[in-house]
Amino acid sequence: MSNVKRLAMLGITKEYPGCKANDEVFLDIEHGEIHALLGENGAGKSTLMKMLYGVVKPDSGSIIWNGKPVSIDQPSVARGLGIGMVFQHFSLFETLTVSENIALVLGDQAGNSKTLADRIKTTSERYGMPLDPDRRISSLSTGERQRVEIVRCLLLNLQLLILDEPTSVLTPQEVDNLFKTLRQLTKEGCSVLFISHKLHEVTELCDSATILRAGKVTGHCNPKEETSESIARMMVGEDIAISNDCRRSLGTDVFANIENLSTTSTGQFDVALKNINLQVKRGEIVGIAGIAGNGQEELLKALSGEDIHPNSKSITFAGTVIDQLTPLQRRRLGLAFVPEDRLGRGAVPDLDLCDNALLTSFDSGLVKNGFLRKSKIVELADKIIKKYKVKTAGNHDAAASLSGGNLQKFIVGREIDQEPNFLLMSHPTWGVDIGAQVAIHDAILQLRDRGCAILIVSEDLDELYKISDRLGAICDGQISQFLAPEVLPLVKLGQWMAGDFDTTTADNKGVSQHD
Amino acid sequence: MIKLVPRAQASAKWGYLSPILAVFLTLIASTILFMALGKDPVEALYTFFISPIVNWYGITELLVVAIPILLCAYGLALCYRASIWNIGAEGQLLTGAVVGTVMALQFVDSSSAWAMPLTLIAGMVGGMICSGISAFLNLRLNCNETLVTIMMNYIALNTLLWAVYGPLKDPNGYNFPESALFGDSTLLPILFEGTRLHVGLLLVVLALVVTWVFMSKTFLGFQIKVLGLDKPAAHMAGYKQKKLAAMVFLVSGALAGLAGAVIVTGSTGQLIPAISPGYGYSAIIVAFLGRLHPVGITLAGLLIALLFMGGEMSQMILNLPRSISGILQGLILFFLLSCDVLIRYRIAFTFKRSGLTATAKN
Amino acid sequence: MDIDLITNILYAMIMTGTPLLLVALGEMVCEKSGVLNLGQEGMMLMGAVAGFIAMYHTDSYILGFVFAMLVGVAMSLLFAVIALQLNANQVAAGLALTIFGTGLSAFLGNDYEGKQISILPSLAIAELQHIPIIGKAIFAQNAIVYLSWALIVVVYLFFRYHRQGLSVRAVGEDPSVASNLGLPVMLIRYLSVAFGGAMAGLAGAYLSIAYTPMWTEGMVSGKGWIALTLVVFASWRIERIILGAYLFGFASIMHLVAQGLNWDISSNLLAMMPYIATLVVLVMLSRDKQRLKLFEPMALGKPWHRSS
Repeated sequence: MSNVKRLAMLGITKEYPGCKANDEVFLDIEHGEIHALLGENGAGKSTLMKMLYGVVKPDSGSIIWNGKPVSIDQPSVARGLGIGMVFQHFSLFETLTVSENIALVLGDQAGNSKTLADRIKTTSERYGMPLDPDRRISSLSTGERQRVEIVRCLLLNLQLLILDEPTSVLTPQEVDNLFKTLRQLTKEGCSVLFISHKLHEVTELCDSATILRAGKVTGHCNPKEETSESIARMMVGEDIAISNDCRRSLGTDVFANIENLSTTSTGQFDVALKNINLQVKRGEIVGIAGIAGNGQEELLKALSGEDIHPNSKSITFAGTVIDQLTPLQRRRLGLAFVPEDRLGRGAVPDLDLCDNALLTSFDSGLVKNGFLRKSKIVELADKIIKKYKVKTAGNHDAAASLSGGNLQKFIVGREIDQEPNFLLMSHPTWGVDIGAQVAIHDAILQLRDRGCAILIVSEDLDELYKISDRLGAICDGQISQFLAPEVLPLVKLGQWMAGDFDTTTADNKGVSQHD
Repeated sequence: MIKLVPRAQASAKWGYLSPILAVFLTLIASTILFMALGKDPVEALYTFFISPIVNWYGITELLVVAIPILLCAYGLALCYRASIWNIGAEGQLLTGAVVGTVMALQFVDSSSAWAMPLTLIAGMVGGMICSGISAFLNLRLNCNETLVTIMMNYIALNTLLWAVYGPLKDPNGYNFPESALFGDSTLLPILFEGTRLHVGLLLVVLALVVTWVFMSKTFLGFQIKVLGLDKPAAHMAGYKQKKLAAMVFLVSGALAGLAGAVIVTGSTGQLIPAISPGYGYSAIIVAFLGRLHPVGITLAGLLIALLFMGGEMSQMILNLPRSISGILQGLILFFLLSCDVLIRYRIAFTFKRSGLTATAKN
Repeated sequence: MDIDLITNILYAMIMTGTPLLLVALGEMVCEKSGVLNLGQEGMMLMGAVAGFIAMYHTDSYILGFVFAMLVGVAMSLLFAVIALQLNANQVAAGLALTIFGTGLSAFLGNDYEGKQISILPSLAIAELQHIPIIGKAIFAQNAIVYLSWALIVVVYLFFRYHRQGLSVRAVGEDPSVASNLGLPVMLIRYLSVAFGGAMAGLAGAYLSIAYTPMWTEGMVSGKGWIALTLVVFASWRIERIILGAYLFGFASIMHLVAQGLNWDISSNLLAMMPYIATLVVLVMLSRDKQRLKLFEPMALGKPWHRSS
């Protein structure tokens, strides 16, 4: 290795109102290495990368690229230097084709559309990620979209590829393919910066790692020489319990029963549900794994009543057919719901916590003859804040001013406090720090032990393995069988997530959705 | 360098200060405008903003102008709280006037005590027909409410013209496009001898109190607020969105229709083509300027009514076209929208350049 | 119904549809970049009064139209500053622009009501204008009509083949992504809004110089709003604007048709036709909400501010 590093970031600091996203961060990357940037959600990883890519400007600090100080104030400057980035939320335009998306970024380098299409084909095939340049992005799977992003970077003179949480959208099998491509790239001298919070991936793939906590670097290490435990400590600090014990539960009688639920897709991006059969018993937690966009939203909306499918008679709550009932009527049968988007659906951003407590708890004695009982509402908001340790200046703070984890605790608390018979949750701890994660899991488990039926949809397999009593997967609107996590190997769950439902449902679609 | 920095949460203080600042900026702008037109700014400002209300009669006239504007604006505020961009108050006002007139003409020679209330109710029904059509097109047939309501405004205007040139034209009116004069039993009683201020004012006070209580104290009012701020959350919580939306459409239609009926029974005493110099459009500004709050709207409504009267005054005294009040109304709305940026952002003055280049040489 | 009547109706239909075509074209470009400007009516009024005043004083058609376009651009930039820079609600900012434009045009035009200017002459192509039925409609129009056709072609080609056309669409679909990729989102939106303003100014001047020719308060009478419907009608496709504009042009000349056919209908009722036609079209278009969403620029009307 030469002395000159590929990249050195020196003392980078960036402050946002109310939080220091990066505080004197130092980061070195060698030629041809895969470097991990580790940290919890909110540790400042994404902000640091955005500054490296010219999307965000640092308040102070400097960037040395191949030995020379550079000022990256535009993504185009970064690309000119040979830095490519794949964002966690893809930077692709749904209505444009693959080659149009790539042409937008390449600018004058794109050449005419014919030669560009040829270049896309050859490059994508060389790295084992075949692509059709004329397809619209909206028709591609998540894995394919990621390929477009990576190929787009490869068409530049790539020297450093930044990947922000690239595996969270992939099945375990797709992850293996991605890792192969990355190793091929580093052999050709390209460096990779791999952002993640999944320790096992980092120990498997990366040559070195930098760990961030609350905007500060808390350690550099060679992941292959560390244990998961020691890295996790660097990520979360000494004082927080990393896990809580989970007892399994078998549940009692069936509360929610879904029999042969099929829907037709109503919109361009919707997935049709195909013949879903699922029971959730009182006192058990059922987990559903799956890559985003495989029908999770549609299933949850069919259950919550946000989508009502005419003529359907497939869902019962405690024996009552509820398909044609409005969301309000279902809530009155004991449904509570924690949706995926907490700001804008689970809570109204501009309203304060009192109003957001009232949002779904209106049946808990907060309304009398159509008039609001203000004191009762304040009482409830304060109770939720106290009981679930929501960090906030007071009940008159707007929901938007809370951090993601705190707002999620509030929403979960609000729904749990209604003592529901059936709790639907989507991504209960997505983007939540470990402390809050533990608190939310505890609250869910206690609710289960009080006899509530709980259905959780998540992309976080660690979480699902931890708290589910029965676990299965959804792919392309179809659902697998459900097994206790102890007897369900990760490989098998991965196959299910890819649509390979093996013997039990071989009759409708035995062949894998992805190659 | 001036930069907008997002606030952690919306500033309640600027929510109140922004309209005041907007009015202040409008005063400055109008001073500049008067000077550009070669008028003495002090005299012009006095003529425009003070002279209409220096005496009791002026104040009552101000209230007469404010009555229909306020009735429309309370209803619009309900719609805007629900994020329903109903700009059809003008059309609803006009249909209210037409339907009210149809009723009033049944009582031309009657002294029935029912004449006036029935005429007002007919006006409300007329406004509800107009807004009901808009609501149906919007809620059942998914049409964009802004376009629907503006089209209804033009249709209502042509309906009014058709009515006064055709079926409602006074047969003894020398072919003027006017309806017959209403009977005395239909006209709104005058509140104070020697003025034109009629009991419509009491209707405004009633509407003020009812909408205020409705918006801030009832669960329906809360649901409307949630619907306007965050549709997916309202849906998630199980609120009946279409019913809520239909309700605000109909209520605002009824209020605007009432405004139309109040104009014909309180001010003109008959149906004429020019019953509204754009009251329904001004009510949009009033609703925004009043922060969609009934009390704020009341203050804003009086201000806009003052602009209408100032326009008349400056035409008489300063020899300026009365459309100058239209400019000022537009300016107020512009300034308000601009000042509103301070609710969500604060202004930061930054003097240092980007840190990168400065510290890059180590 | 005789040939002459059909010939004249076709001619009048295109003549009446032209301002709609121009405004709708401008608004469509603006909407493709994700900005919804409801101020078309106000900008058209300002264009109409500005064009008329310039024409009245200089007697130059070119100056009249150019001045109107400049005024249209200035108005649209006022909107852009409030809606894009200061992040105001686009619907409210557009409404404000219409209210302001209505007031200001009435004020500026106060002294010009009833004044005379000479109408923009038609540029008839001698040989072709006598082709039966369509000759007059296509070959005996004025310069602005021909210009409108040229503009349609240019804009169509721009979006079809030019990379910057792609940038406009990208910004209209997802400004955050576009900004992450380094596209100048604000610049693109400003330019798109300004193009919309220029077109609205031109369309307004067309009304006051080439169509009536005179200035009366509020003379645009809803054409700016109808144009907004037209954009939806065309499902954001440039070529379809032509069809829509002339269809609405036809609805606006129903009084000519009625006269020609000796119908006895109140002129006030006939004057409702374009508005009723607009509602009918809206209903037909909106039946399928999902289909409508398919074509609408995804970021349309949503405020966006670069966070850095």
